[in-house]
Amino acid sequence: MFERLLFEAPDFFTYYNVIFLLEAAARTLGMTLIGCTVGFIAGLLIAVLRQSVNPWTLPLRVIAIAYVETFRRIPFLVIIFIVLYAIQPLMENASLLTIATIAICLVSTAFLSEIVRAGLESVPKQQIEGARTLNFGAARTLWYVVLPQAWRVILPPAIAFAVMFIKDTSLASHIGVVELTFSGKMFVNRGFSPLLGFGAVLVLYFLLSYPLSRLGTYLEKRLDPSRRS
Amino acid sequence: MNYTFQFGEVMAELPYLLGGALVTLQIVFFTFFLGAVLGLMGALGKVYGPTPLRKAISAYVIFITNTPALVQIFVLYYALPDAGILLSSMAAVLIGLTLNSTAYLTEIIRAGVVSVRQAEMDAAIGLNMTRLQILRYVMLPHIAKTIFAPLSNFFIWLMLGSSIAALFGVEELTGRAINVSSVNLRTIETFSVVAVIYIGLTLIASMSLALLGRVAFRVKARVF
Amino acid sequence: MTHLDVRDLACSYGSEKILKGVTLSAEKGEVVSLIGPSGSGKSTLLRALVGLTLPSAGEVRVAGKAVDYSSRKSVRELRSQLAIVFQQYNLFQNMTVMRNVTIAPITIKKRPKAEVEALAAELLARVGMEAKHDAYPEELSGGQQQRVAIARALALQPEILLLDEVTSALDPERVNEVLDTIRRLTDEGITMLLVSHEMSFVREVSTRVVMMDDGKVVETGTPSQIFDSPTHERTRDFVGMILKH
Repeated sequence: MFERLLFEAPDFFTYYNVIFLLEAAARTLGMTLIGCTVGFIAGLLIAVLRQSVNPWTLPLRVIAIAYVETFRRIPFLVIIFIVLYAIQPLMENASLLTIATIAICLVSTAFLSEIVRAGLESVPKQQIEGARTLNFGAARTLWYVVLPQAWRVILPPAIAFAVMFIKDTSLASHIGVVELTFSGKMFVNRGFSPLLGFGAVLVLYFLLSYPLSRLGTYLEKRLDPSRRS
Repeated sequence: MNYTFQFGEVMAELPYLLGGALVTLQIVFFTFFLGAVLGLMGALGKVYGPTPLRKAISAYVIFITNTPALVQIFVLYYALPDAGILLSSMAAVLIGLTLNSTAYLTEIIRAGVVSVRQAEMDAAIGLNMTRLQILRYVMLPHIAKTIFAPLSNFFIWLMLGSSIAALFGVEELTGRAINVSSVNLRTIETFSVVAVIYIGLTLIASMSLALLGRVAFRVKARVF
Repeated sequence: MTHLDVRDLACSYGSEKILKGVTLSAEKGEVVSLIGPSGSGKSTLLRALVGLTLPSAGEVRVAGKAVDYSSRKSVRELRSQLAIVFQQYNLFQNMTVMRNVTIAPITIKKRPKAEVEALAAELLARVGMEAKHDAYPEELSGGQQQRVAIARALALQPEILLLDEVTSALDPERVNEVLDTIRRLTDEGITMLLVSHEMSFVREVSTRVVMMDDGKVVETGTPSQIFDSPTHERTRDFVGMILKH
């Protein structure tokens, strides 16, 4: 097995193949970045909405809860299938990458909204009452008081989620998005040994994921709210 | 576009799909409990073992948790035959998922073990407890409380993650959904029904775990 | 005209009635102290007055004008006249002392930054915190935080100040620095409603003392009436028990 690997290596690590792999890695990273950014913004909106006590927002809150609970309880693979077949009739020219990215955003919104919500709830009630008695409205309380205190609770699990998500995007290979996992399959189909093709892909995933997970562990220790600065 | 939803053909296949859910549960229970046993050993090794063992366990956990399970199983399924080891798709999936649950559960259980405070251990030693009594009365209750929530989350994660077995042709819930939809060509309907089954399974799991936590460990877990 | 007028104010928490119809008033510049056993509803009364707990019945008038607690506009207007200092200080943990004091006047009342900062510096000097402008709340002792919280409330230039057990969370040696700060304020004509367990302090600064028990006002009188010759049995028991300690 390993002799074959050494034998094939010179043919495998050609300029074009390496560029191809790096482009695939960039697509994996891009999907993760877009997913986490969109998911964070939408998740923040949902989390803030769920904190509201205004009776007018009740229907929206029910929808938000249903959305979050649904999308956290369906396998990502199943969501990709549903989005694939639901989007194609709506947007005929949607690329597979677009479809996978939409599926990613739907899922990341659900998970990140829960992470943000936990962060918002970690801010003591007294801080919010203090703001209210100073005549802060809801938006100002959120902006000046809650978010500056919540981000240290939000950031570590949000990064841990991003680490999970880099790996989850590998499922997009199944519908034909040319990301890292798909590039591995292509090399194997072209006759390279599976250990070499998938091994190279594993190494690249590791290089994307490990620095981020180290950052997450570091921030978790650094930002622990029980011992500040 | 005028798409009419038709669930009739899917509902006819419901017993077949539910049978797939049973296979999903088998995969989840097998990989969870095997992973928990190995993870407990891994955690104890990582906390109390000699340095080389600790380093080896760390390296294993870091490697597994920073690479996708899907690609790991690709290696098991497609690369091992080169070394003369031929795995069935089910075996590859079970081994691959167990490798993952072992890594994640090692980390979760380790966090529980180190959360036992030295002061409590000192008190136990002061009370002349034996090592077994210390483990039983001081450490385990504490560990159970600390790890219960992450353990529950991981169980749900595994339930959803086990769907990748479908990509190797294993006929669990998602695999059977692919089979059904390739015959009736009602993909959206089929996968919607399967999504509902997954929601049902994870809800039952969450509620059972919350109940178990409350009764056995006095942990107040919330389902939502 | 009565500055603060509370009539039959009632409050419930779930099915439990915390306030069962409280009536009290304060003239302009008066210092009214609320005393009574814990759980008698003193803190709930203050929270209800600033609109943190919604009253279920009764009426509150500030300078003759009725407050509508269900109207955001009315509550906002109320809070521009009335400030509260909490037992747990509730300083914003993410802001420096200076920012804590200036944020509401600058961002809410839209007053010029330089003017507000000058006022804040003056107020912080008055509470003895002039050396700590750039400190964060967690770097301060409880007593120091509470003095900043008082400066923060004063920066809004309130006409009425509510003080909710402002010394209860403090170490004994820190109590006096906060009481001294309040003592100086009583000379400035701000109407004050305070909840306190420091009986000698209450006796010294109050113009009137209100004894509460079980969500109701038991007795109201001057400090000497309440402490020296209480007419109600509950007041006698309470005062007797407190003074023994």
